[in-house]
Amino acid sequence: MLLPLFQWLEAAAPGEFIRTSLWLFPAIECVHLIGLVLLGGAVLLVDLRLLGVLLPNQPLRSVSDSGQRLLLWGVALMVVTGVPLFLSEAIKCYYSQAFWVKMTTLVPALLFALTVRRRVASGGEDTRSRAVRALTGAISLVLWFTVAAAGRWIGFS
Amino acid sequence: MLLPFLQRLAETEWSVALHESLWMWPLVESTHVLTLTIFAGTAMLFDLRLTGRALRSVPAAQVMLRLLPWTRAGFAVMAATGILLFYATPVRNYQNIFFRTKMIMMVLAGLNVWIFHRGIYRRVHEWGDAPLPPRAARLAGYASLVLWTGVIVCGRLIAYNWFDCDIQPQPDLINWVSGCVVP
Repeated sequence: MLLPLFQWLEAAAPGEFIRTSLWLFPAIECVHLIGLVLLGGAVLLVDLRLLGVLLPNQPLRSVSDSGQRLLLWGVALMVVTGVPLFLSEAIKCYYSQAFWVKMTTLVPALLFALTVRRRVASGGEDTRSRAVRALTGAISLVLWFTVAAAGRWIGFS
Repeated sequence: MLLPFLQRLAETEWSVALHESLWMWPLVESTHVLTLTIFAGTAMLFDLRLTGRALRSVPAAQVMLRLLPWTRAGFAVMAATGILLFYATPVRNYQNIFFRTKMIMMVLAGLNVWIFHRGIYRRVHEWGDAPLPPRAARLAGYASLVLWTGVIVCGRLIAYNWFDCDIQPQPDLINWVSGCVVP
């Protein structure tokens, strides 16, 4: 059912434009990687703080404010570059298991980051118990790790 | 001198096995890439603190001391997997212009760390609590951000070497920089 859509997307002008260039795909990939570093760094910073592993003696708020801002920057960079990468090889993605694992994990990862995790992280130490904070950090880490690992695997499939 | 050694290295059993493996190479490569989030992620967080763009209310020395074990652990994994990746195709990497540029940028990034620690970081007790560190520290932060970004970009482009020695003719300068042996 989705295959015709993916075929149409791949045939569309943006994908075609990227495919005809020798260096455009690698160049976009590089920016995608920088986005990964920003996003991954922000995720690690806040999640490890929620787990009480990193900067445990610093107020949660002062860590999570920067973390959330960086996370949004990272997500923005990754989406802006990820969409053209996808458009240039949509049919390959359609047949790639890794792509579907990535996309079906990306949705809950993003929703979780923008709802539960944001509230827990910006609430500070007093509003949630240690266990709730730790669990939030652990869920977030597992979700984002799956997204990243599956994302890398698209290239191998 | 180095080239004959690397040519012999490329013919060793393990190098060929790693190079041709169905799972091992992608696994090592994926570990190398995902560990970027730990190594470069934490390093760049500290750079952003140095430039006054993140974690402004957390003392700079705190950020560094708490992030450094993660940065170091990440670097250890990156170095180990990186050496394996190099070992899988030693000659191809050695004669790769992006690999060479990456190595030079890594040396410069290391030099930047050394200068930072010998210099302005010695007086961190004077400026560490300020949201905006002094100029020398900000410069070190920006230099580090630029250099590591360059390292990541060159690292990604190693796989796309448009200037491979097998692709000839190339400009003499490119062949010289890549160390290509052109008959």
